[in-house]
Amino acid sequence: MKVSFTINGQAQSIEIEDGNTPLLWVVRDMLDLKGTKFGCGKAACGACTLHVDGEAVRSCSYAVKFAEGKSVTTIEGLGTRENPHPVQQAWVEHVVPQCGYCQPGFMMATAALLEKNPNPTDEDIDNNIINVCRCATYVRMRKAIHRAAELTQSANQTS
Amino acid sequence: MRSQKLLYVIPVLLCASILFAGGFTNSEPNGAAEGSSEELSSSSEENFDKMMAVLMHKRCVNCHPSDNIPKQGEDSHPHYFDMARGEGNLGYQATTCNTCHQSENNDYSGVPGAPEWSLAPESMKWEGLTRTEIAESMLDPKRNGGRTHHEVMEHLTEHELVLWAWEPGIDAAGNHRELPPVPVEEYIEAVKAWFEAGAVIPAE
Repeated sequence: MKVSFTINGQAQSIEIEDGNTPLLWVVRDMLDLKGTKFGCGKAACGACTLHVDGEAVRSCSYAVKFAEGKSVTTIEGLGTRENPHPVQQAWVEHVVPQCGYCQPGFMMATAALLEKNPNPTDEDIDNNIINVCRCATYVRMRKAIHRAAELTQSANQTS
Repeated sequence: MRSQKLLYVIPVLLCASILFAGGFTNSEPNGAAEGSSEELSSSSEENFDKMMAVLMHKRCVNCHPSDNIPKQGEDSHPHYFDMARGEGNLGYQATTCNTCHQSENNDYSGVPGAPEWSLAPESMKWEGLTRTEIAESMLDPKRNGGRTHHEVMEHLTEHELVLWAWEPGIDAAGNHRELPPVPVEEYIEAVKAWFEAGAVIPAE
């Protein structure tokens, strides 16, 4: 079957035999975007989190057929090295990653949260950012999430 | 972030989860027609038994919690990662039911899915209730979303999320989820017959 969608702003069409193939596999193995990670494969750890029409989705549990006509954003499309997304900037400032494997998923989940809630409380963070980090970078992540909220608000004030 | 909250599957389960979550608006303030077992026909009691055997099954009750925490799996453990009712019965702002659950089961991940996947509304708490209490609850317009008996009957026998209970898919380990104890055709027939006979709730 053919599935058409945009990914990181670019139109994309793929031919795939099984429309139930996880979007994660398509993103990584067909479109060669390796930033989104495979972790548990059962929508539990959140390493595969990306955005579909602005909503955070666990892509290991999201059939590619559901992406038809939608807009997909991966960590590669969140920002650039020259112009990082506030979440990426905050992550750099707080040197959040240790091994780094799970971090793209956390950053995508955080970006989705800030879209819905520009100034999340600790409770909001606890409720919404439930990915798993084996290096236990949670303390730095919490700081970075609050910093990303500040960066987003100042960017909005100057624009 | 709830650190180490270990993952795992998401063998949640609903079914009737939204039993009544939909958009019925009509109201028929007639509650249950109660009566002693002597007054009931044996067939009506049998139909009630079949219906409630399904509605009290974990495929239904897992998403009719009394503590706002969805349950998962055959042992009805609390949903991992501290997921809870949130606003609109759909979880939290950026982490909703649909972050993981889609409109179909996903056999690659073992994550269950069906249209309108969500918790049943707070007024439809069934967890911990007796079958009589559940039946009274689902016939009470104050708790069933203002549904008439006919609308409740339609919901119980036609809604895709309710009928998902008989096609619950596999978990992350590839194990088939347990089905309700009554075959779907027999359940639908029993529900319709029970409502047509007056929806009489037998005494406990």
